[in-house]
Amino acid sequence: MPYFDHAATTPMLPEAVAAMTAQLAVTGNASALHAAGRRARRAVEEGRETLAAALGARPSEVVFTSGGTEADNLAVKGLYWARRDADPRRVRVLASPVEHHAVLDVVQWLADHEGARVEWLPVDAVGRVHPDALREAIERDPADMALVTVMWANNEIGTVFPVAELAAVAREYGIPMHADAVQAVGQLEVDFAASGLAALSLSGHKIGGPYGIGALLLGREWTPVPVLHGGGQEREVRSGTLDVPAVVGFATAARLAVAGRADYARVIGGLRDELIAAVRAEVPDAVLGGDPDPAGRLPGNAHFAFPGCEGDSLLLLLDAQGIECSTGSACTAGVAQPSHVLLATGADPELARGTLRFSLGHTTTRADVEAVAKAIGPAVARARTAGLS
Amino acid sequence: MNEFPGAPSGPRTGPRLRVLAAMSGGVDSAVAAARAVEAGHEVTGVHLALSANPQSFRTGARGCCTIEDSRDARRAADVIGIPFYVWDLAERFRQDVVEDFIAEYRAGRTPNPCLRCNEKIKFAALLDKALALGFDAVCTGHYATVVTAADGHRQLHRATDLAKDQSYVLGVLDERQLAHALFPLGDTRTTKEEIRAEAERRGLAVAKKPDSHDICFIADGDTQGFLSGHLGSAEGDILDEDGRKVGSHQGAHGFTIGQRKGLRIGHPAPDGKPRYVLDISPVNNTVTVGPAEALDITALTAIRPRWCGAAPEGPGDYTAQLRAHGAETPVSAEMDGDTLRVRFTEPVRGVAPGQAIVLYDGTRVVGSATIAATERAVTTLAPVTSAGG
Repeated sequence: MPYFDHAATTPMLPEAVAAMTAQLAVTGNASALHAAGRRARRAVEEGRETLAAALGARPSEVVFTSGGTEADNLAVKGLYWARRDADPRRVRVLASPVEHHAVLDVVQWLADHEGARVEWLPVDAVGRVHPDALREAIERDPADMALVTVMWANNEIGTVFPVAELAAVAREYGIPMHADAVQAVGQLEVDFAASGLAALSLSGHKIGGPYGIGALLLGREWTPVPVLHGGGQEREVRSGTLDVPAVVGFATAARLAVAGRADYARVIGGLRDELIAAVRAEVPDAVLGGDPDPAGRLPGNAHFAFPGCEGDSLLLLLDAQGIECSTGSACTAGVAQPSHVLLATGADPELARGTLRFSLGHTTTRADVEAVAKAIGPAVARARTAGLS
Repeated sequence: MNEFPGAPSGPRTGPRLRVLAAMSGGVDSAVAAARAVEAGHEVTGVHLALSANPQSFRTGARGCCTIEDSRDARRAADVIGIPFYVWDLAERFRQDVVEDFIAEYRAGRTPNPCLRCNEKIKFAALLDKALALGFDAVCTGHYATVVTAADGHRQLHRATDLAKDQSYVLGVLDERQLAHALFPLGDTRTTKEEIRAEAERRGLAVAKKPDSHDICFIADGDTQGFLSGHLGSAEGDILDEDGRKVGSHQGAHGFTIGQRKGLRIGHPAPDGKPRYVLDISPVNNTVTVGPAEALDITALTAIRPRWCGAAPEGPGDYTAQLRAHGAETPVSAEMDGDTLRVRFTEPVRGVAPGQAIVLYDGTRVVGSATIAATERAVTTLAPVTSAGG
């Protein structure tokens, strides 16, 4: 069955399943001092080291969380609170308007409940924030800056951001910058040390690891105020007994995803280009979302708007033929609404209603791409008959 | 009996249809969808999002009851094993049902929004979109039967179990709409308890969910509050049949013809008998009250006829139903231009302009029309018309 929703979740790598299941039957709280605890701790710390090595971080910079959403919450809320505690003037948050809801809604919450002054950074037609725009925004008053948060790559339209350049600007002013790299890890070269970021979020199940685990890579000079208080695990920044099997599965997946990244990007990027070409051949007026330059987008992302179509109608018609894709972010798919990402790029709201995101991953085959090529033309024709309700 | 392809119980006899099952989140529509699957059809579930909250920051947020209903519907669809979508028909619903409801009350009439919804939403907006997307029929949990007559025409009949019959609210469907309607609950003699037991057997969690009775878009059930919110409140006079002021009210839209309670008239009528609302005049913002016998009507005219098949030619004898779950009463009826003229064999009481009259020939639904004016048995008052407003 052609599965084109790897950006929502991707199948676990068999090695990660094996490593994780081997841990499931073993007892041990990684905070305990006895033999079982030591054994668990060893597995966790080896996982931490593996993950750190794969992502250019130090082991002490890895804070395990329950997933990408928690990592984003910890970074954005925690750094905001810590910065404001150190200097009450620091209430300004700069964020891109195309963030995932796990950042977008957190930033908005800080504005609504914690006195944050939010400025949404300008983006270009492919949704990208430029370093000059960031500098200009900071320059308005560097003293009132709490933090900057800009994603590494966009989950809907696949646009890659110049994260290192943005982080360099923030660093000049001593302002911490966080990046949601949930979509980037395993697809792009992600090196935490080289990035100059203060904090970076990633998620297990997006890279072939298990659900329910993620990590915040957190520079050692930064101490966010915790969101979860308790036993003081994870640098006293994130309390809670660690999920040893998940840590091991996550670390295994991260190691493999990073090691195989170059081949993956070449093969999957090639299939993605074929998919884009096929869709454009079948539906000449389809509008490619995001950066048309393959170097500027995630290798697994193809995003289209189909004029005169409802995205939900297309989803239904393709689903009926076994093709699984998404209209964009899975979190907004309950009720069809134009995506905030497309609207931020200045897209026509009518056009933004008829989008499909095909996200490829490690199980995608050429036969999958051919299935889409065969189905997309008739599906779009039919969806156009149904129109925009 | 029901010759519709794929009669709901027993093995399928007709072609396999592509069926779109409207799933409200209640038990009836869930069992109906399950029966359509069992009859061999290819079924897709859809929940209609009918109220939108455009002010909300998060796109697609709706009232909590609606979201809960949507989840219940999705859970039922998952158990049945069919694809499930939420279609946002909020704007169409607002225009065609809610605005109409308010306008009718503004004009002093008493509308039935359920008929309106069936005519304009479920078997128009939804059906049209379904047909365009390649579906053959829309399936709902209504208790009514569709029969293909010897001449090949579709007929709408009362449910086999008259106590459950809902053909009244479907009396607005024309033959084309009926040709694409599937009511799997209509031809089985099952009590509500048996439907609940069937849902339980099928593992549907909605088995124990309470029935909904109120107007779905007035979440708190406070129709008067809803109308006051839209139409405002302005004090006006309550008059007796001779035009003498006997009390005051806070808005004529708060009253329905035949209403007895809530008049708050300080002193009793001269004859000591209870008084009822006889007439509502939105133009003067007056409400006229009088004795019960003044409510008796012997004839009425109705507009906007909708025929569930061929329009009747010449005068004919039928039975009529004037409200959901109301009793049948014998009438003679005929068309006069675009107006339906109805004469009652025995006087009937408490008929309000705006209500639907549904005509039956035996169990067959002939059609419906919207009551425009009534003719009183006791003619102390001018005829009640809906012209004011």
